[in-house]
Amino acid sequence: MTLFPLIWLIASLAALGVVIIIRPSRHVTWLVIILSLTAFAVWCDLPDNPGIRLDLNGDGTYEIDKPIAIRQGLDLAGGLKVLLEADLPPGQEPPAGAMAEVRRIVSDRIDSLGALEPVVQQQGARRLIVELPGYQDPERAVSLIRSTALLEFVEFPYPIPAGTVVQTDYVRGAGAQPGEAAVTESSTPTVEATATAERGAASEAAPSEQEATPTPEAPVYHTVMTGEVLATADVTVDRATGSPEVAFTLTSEGATLFAEYTSAHVGDYLGIVLDGVVISSPQIQSAITGGQGVIKGNFDLESATQLATQLRYGALPVPLRVDSTSTVGPTLGQISVQQSIRAGLIGIAVVLIFLLVYYRLLGVPATLALVIFAVLNFALYKLVPITMTLPAITGFLISVGTAVDGNILIFERMKEELRHGKRLGVAVETGFDRAWVSIRDSNISTIIICVVLFLFGTSFGAAAVRGFAVTLALGLVINLFTAVVATRTFLHFILLPVQEQALTTRRWLLGV
Amino acid sequence: MFANFAQRRNLYYLISASVIVPGIIAMIYSTIVFGSPVCLSIDFQGGSLFLVKFNGPATETAIREVYARFDQSPTVQQLGDPAENRWQIRAGDLTPEQQVAIREALEAEIAPIDTDQSTFDTVSPAIGSEVTLAAILAVVAAGVIILGFIWLAFRRVPHAGRYGVCAIAAMLHDVLVTMGVMSILGIFFGWEVDALFLTALLTVVGWSVQDTIVVFDRIRENLPKHRHESYEMVVNRSVLETLHRSLATQLNAIFVMVAILLFGGLTIKEFIAILLIGLTSGTYSSIFNAVPLLVSWEKGELPFTRRREATA
Repeated sequence: MTLFPLIWLIASLAALGVVIIIRPSRHVTWLVIILSLTAFAVWCDLPDNPGIRLDLNGDGTYEIDKPIAIRQGLDLAGGLKVLLEADLPPGQEPPAGAMAEVRRIVSDRIDSLGALEPVVQQQGARRLIVELPGYQDPERAVSLIRSTALLEFVEFPYPIPAGTVVQTDYVRGAGAQPGEAAVTESSTPTVEATATAERGAASEAAPSEQEATPTPEAPVYHTVMTGEVLATADVTVDRATGSPEVAFTLTSEGATLFAEYTSAHVGDYLGIVLDGVVISSPQIQSAITGGQGVIKGNFDLESATQLATQLRYGALPVPLRVDSTSTVGPTLGQISVQQSIRAGLIGIAVVLIFLLVYYRLLGVPATLALVIFAVLNFALYKLVPITMTLPAITGFLISVGTAVDGNILIFERMKEELRHGKRLGVAVETGFDRAWVSIRDSNISTIIICVVLFLFGTSFGAAAVRGFAVTLALGLVINLFTAVVATRTFLHFILLPVQEQALTTRRWLLGV
Repeated sequence: MFANFAQRRNLYYLISASVIVPGIIAMIYSTIVFGSPVCLSIDFQGGSLFLVKFNGPATETAIREVYARFDQSPTVQQLGDPAENRWQIRAGDLTPEQQVAIREALEAEIAPIDTDQSTFDTVSPAIGSEVTLAAILAVVAAGVIILGFIWLAFRRVPHAGRYGVCAIAAMLHDVLVTMGVMSILGIFFGWEVDALFLTALLTVVGWSVQDTIVVFDRIRENLPKHRHESYEMVVNRSVLETLHRSLATQLNAIFVMVAILLFGGLTIKEFIAILLIGLTSGTYSSIFNAVPLLVSWEKGELPFTRRREATA
């Protein structure tokens, strides 16, 4: 079966060559094209299709490796879907390229959840869609994705013990504009601080325990730089003491910044703060120009490894918030899809029976064309591939309705021409020609609707709509081919052996 | 069958009105009581929706008590066969942490949840209002583009604009029928408008226009062929000629959709039911609204919008 694409290509080219040389009638040419396309589509539709794999130069690796398989959407396969949005003040856009970076980091992180084929997609300028097929725990997934682990290098006036919660002037996500948020935040504490000071002065005689550990006004420290400038972070061991520590290197931009700052502040304290908690506050011994540094703290091997990992993957340039989550049980989807596919098949079977009963002989090519329509559609779903969701399957079923409508338009027109006493051959030609305009115009208007639906589904949180629009539009385009070209060709060959006289006297064969 | 088809146009307008007017009343009632013309799902207004299957009996009160501890007052509804213990719980927006906490509390106090057969959805209100805006934009954009398309397709026919306007009127008819029915179903059975409903609505719009175009197309073809006949007669002839097609196509659509309704998955039944209603309305409106409107217009019966009020 793996050799099929090659055989098919050769056979098709050979047939094409023959067609070009002997120049048969239009109908024969179309028949060759239809058969060739259908053969390939049937091969694609095989449930255990091996995919297209070609080893062109015989070195054992495949130069062309295209899998052909149905891709099931979350609603069918079950799993967790989370829509995340950059947690920025309204109107502020994330820096260029930042969301792509976030996407990469989130992909790295969710790999550890062990979901099959996780998908992380950027949607628009500030959103991210994470799909985890087969995964059920939204809390764990979201906390893993969102653990931003904001690392800050903070200017401290004196050493602050590890574990202390401090406030810095870096506003998360706002990047280089700490101004506004800092002002609004500090205005209330100032009033409170004055009140505390007055009370403190009045009750000086009896100083309470509380005032011994003073947090009257949380001082706001200046952030020199954040974890964004980190290039790598690894666990090392201090040669002198044997205790684990985290060594980091900075990006070239960070190294410059770091060198400038440390050379100007020799003797000062530079706090290392992770998510607002002080890790350590070492003194700057000398200017650090190499772009490398070490975070010492009260680490054991485990906590050092955790910090290094958080720093490496945790440096999300933009914080995220959860906009929507959706968890679908795997069985629910399975039952739903099985039932819907069975229902669709029943519906199509009834339609085929209707065509054969109502249009008799004419129904035969229409039935054939409809089967080819389904085969071609399904092959394209696997080839593109199009993610199969319940709306997508529904879109296909609606397009079946339109496909049948095409044939009905043509046949009704033919019967009309026959009733007006036209000869069969003329009636067939006129039927197709006249009906074509209606089919074209009506299909175009529905394709326009599909485009609108697709855009609606792309730019906003209504992604379910998109699958519907894609399969419907695809069905309409294929329908223009099968309902008109394929039916016409088949009809030609079916009517060929039948005596025209026989049909003219036995009009019931055409359902007239 | 309809030898004097176009003559009875007032009857057709009346039939349309008899469906649309109750729908509009329902929408007004719904707007006053619930704040929106149709019952909106979490897709549009944000919130959380749990479809839970318990492995044991549950009661509405027990579920409410669990939610009350998280400051939520949910809408609780039992689904399907009571023996299956399927429940639908709607509440406000939940963080992932709250979501898991509620799930654990439900399991601890009611019965284990069959997560294989349950779904848990949350949507933030911000996303909801964005989706609403996009939905309105999508419907308006579709209408405008189709008006343009019809005008382009019929530009050689006298009064090309009329065809576009009548097709849009038929389309609005179908939108109103679908929305009105949805509003009534929302009031009585709690059916909610979600992103899928919008898909159904736009499919109905597409179908309606497609149907109308087929009939108009025949009028376009017949006008030059039968110059001696009156406009009304040509229109009559065109409708009769396309009637078989319209009925056959509608019948086939019904076959497929009834099959899905009877045998299909639980999750798309509401969607298909709405589609069925909308598509039937679409076929009706193209024959019994769009075409008679053309005749009314030609005869000068609606120089002002008096006649059209009956349909739209």
